[in-house]
Amino acid sequence: MNSKRLLLAAGLITALPAQAETYYEMSGKITAEARYFTQDAQFQNQDYSSNLSFTVEPEFYWEWNDGIDNLTFTPYLRVDENDNERTHGDIRELSWIHIGEDWELRTGLRKVFWGVTEFQHLVDVINQTDSVEDFDGEDKLGQQMINLSLVRDWGIVDLYLLPGFRERTFVGEDGRVRSGIVVNRDLASYESSAGEHHLDTAIRWSHTLGDFDLGAYWFHGTNRDPKFLLKNSEGTTYLAPYYEQMDQIGFDLQATIDSWLWKLETINRDTSSENYWAAQGGFEYTFYGIQESAADLGVLMEYGWDERGEDADAAGQNDLFLGARLTLNDASSTEMLAGISHDFDYHSHSLIIEASRRYGDNWKLSLDGRFFSSNDPLDLSYSIKQDDHLQLTIERYF
Amino acid sequence: MIVLKKSLNSLVVLGLMTAPLIASAETAEEKGTRIAVEAKASDKGWQDMQTSMNMILRNKQGQESVRDIRLKSLEIENDGDKSLSVFDKPKDVKGTAFLSFSHAVGADEQWLYLPKLKRVKRIASRNKSGPFMGSEFSYEDLSSFEVEKYTYKFLRDEACEGGTCYVVEQYPVDKNSGYTRRIAWLDQTEYRPWKIEFFDRKDSLLKTLTYHEYNEYEGKHWRPNLMKMVNHQSGKSTDLTYSDYTFKTGLGENDFNKNTLKRAR
Repeated sequence: MNSKRLLLAAGLITALPAQAETYYEMSGKITAEARYFTQDAQFQNQDYSSNLSFTVEPEFYWEWNDGIDNLTFTPYLRVDENDNERTHGDIRELSWIHIGEDWELRTGLRKVFWGVTEFQHLVDVINQTDSVEDFDGEDKLGQQMINLSLVRDWGIVDLYLLPGFRERTFVGEDGRVRSGIVVNRDLASYESSAGEHHLDTAIRWSHTLGDFDLGAYWFHGTNRDPKFLLKNSEGTTYLAPYYEQMDQIGFDLQATIDSWLWKLETINRDTSSENYWAAQGGFEYTFYGIQESAADLGVLMEYGWDERGEDADAAGQNDLFLGARLTLNDASSTEMLAGISHDFDYHSHSLIIEASRRYGDNWKLSLDGRFFSSNDPLDLSYSIKQDDHLQLTIERYF
Repeated sequence: MIVLKKSLNSLVVLGLMTAPLIASAETAEEKGTRIAVEAKASDKGWQDMQTSMNMILRNKQGQESVRDIRLKSLEIENDGDKSLSVFDKPKDVKGTAFLSFSHAVGADEQWLYLPKLKRVKRIASRNKSGPFMGSEFSYEDLSSFEVEKYTYKFLRDEACEGGTCYVVEQYPVDKNSGYTRRIAWLDQTEYRPWKIEFFDRKDSLLKTLTYHEYNEYEGKHWRPNLMKMVNHQSGKSTDLTYSDYTFKTGLGENDFNKNTLKRAR
């Protein structure tokens, strides 16, 4: 009887139309991160030299209609030993994609990357920075959006409706690698009367023409980079984020010629308080198979410029960036990256070293070192000059 | 210009097809080229193809590591193929995808999608000789065979696993190739490769690739289930197993662009 039922069920399942088949998959990673600070802290509440932190980031994926529709859900959680602000959760992605013949519609919380350079991402403006994660600005919060993407012979056009805004996260008073005066997100304010509910829009065109990959866009909406106001709350002075409206046009270009990658990003940002141009440009040259081995050595150089000069609240306003990337191309994917930046206005510099390697099939180990030097209190990096640290990260993939 | 190139190609093919009639005048170089043209022509018309690849990398001590990749390719007439590969294993690179427009002449166009950063990066195609995912296969070993990529010299006929084989020496045209030459064994009935020996830039024997378990698809397209690459200098080896081959699945140019790369998974 049971086996008959089983057969019947099996028959029914195979008889179902293909459209009803849903493919499901789960993957993800957990990480443990240990930081060791090599110097005494500069500010109150930072009186520790080591910090532990753990993250979990599963990804759930469904696909149906023969792959015409898919849904991705990626929640994220970090727990931090010392900083309550760094202990936080986010939905990195909750996104439905519907695919047409020469178009696709992407709806939900998503991450979008624009740009070509390595040391600073000027043109990348859709997602808010999750700056409690790390000081380098590479981590982003999911952004709610409706994105229609059209594929044409003359390029890909992306249209974005961005309903609602995500506030930037900031390291709390117990965290290290932060500004001297703590940023208080509860005191955030907006230029737009719609506040965080302003409907932002963007249109971007991108295309490949032979050796050149290029993109151009216009963004209209809330500036992801806040200005800061000094505000008092319960007898303490805080930095209060103030989010202006902006119109930004941006352009990015990469020329890929033999072993050279030539890169340029430029923006014009127009807000009620300022209108300026900024650019980041440079190259990456790779020596393949060095010393008759399988290893590649890439050499990077970029320069960041901002029309506002020393008044700029950007990190790379007159800065030179040099880097070297060694890729062993071995079975463990061993990689090393070293980068130096030098600020010509404030004569400060920083050194970043990263090394990573896979162990077995599912483990990855990274060792990073970050060292800062600054002597000018007006320099943005002055407040982190005593936050040199080593960071060990263990990742387990599942 | 394209039309001209096409008609030139067909002239060459025509010329080569009439070549056997005057076989006595055919040099070893001409015969080698003719075999390459015939091999390419015998597999023409596969249109598009999907398959899964599993690589097992072994070092000298016998330690293994696994790569799982899914591959879609599109045949482009009179040029190299377009292909989209997605990595499933190792898990730390799961979702990483690779889009390649290969060209018979000139540099290939290649883009890499990094899922963690949601970033598409155009990458230099200069590193043909570099290892693919740390394996003993280099990028050029895995790219599609195009007649224009080599010059040829027929060496001899020889018995091989596929019956009687043509043994042909192939000299890479691209100065960035990791090899001075390859020696290929192709059977005389179906032009299937059974063995290739690779010689490094110092002209020493570097690797041997052998092909196993051929199956015929769509009545004329022969594909191996297993390719074994052995590096004689390092003692390492890689076994590449293909499964779930499907042909003429209806893929088109629209399935090979930066949008499909971003959601390849």
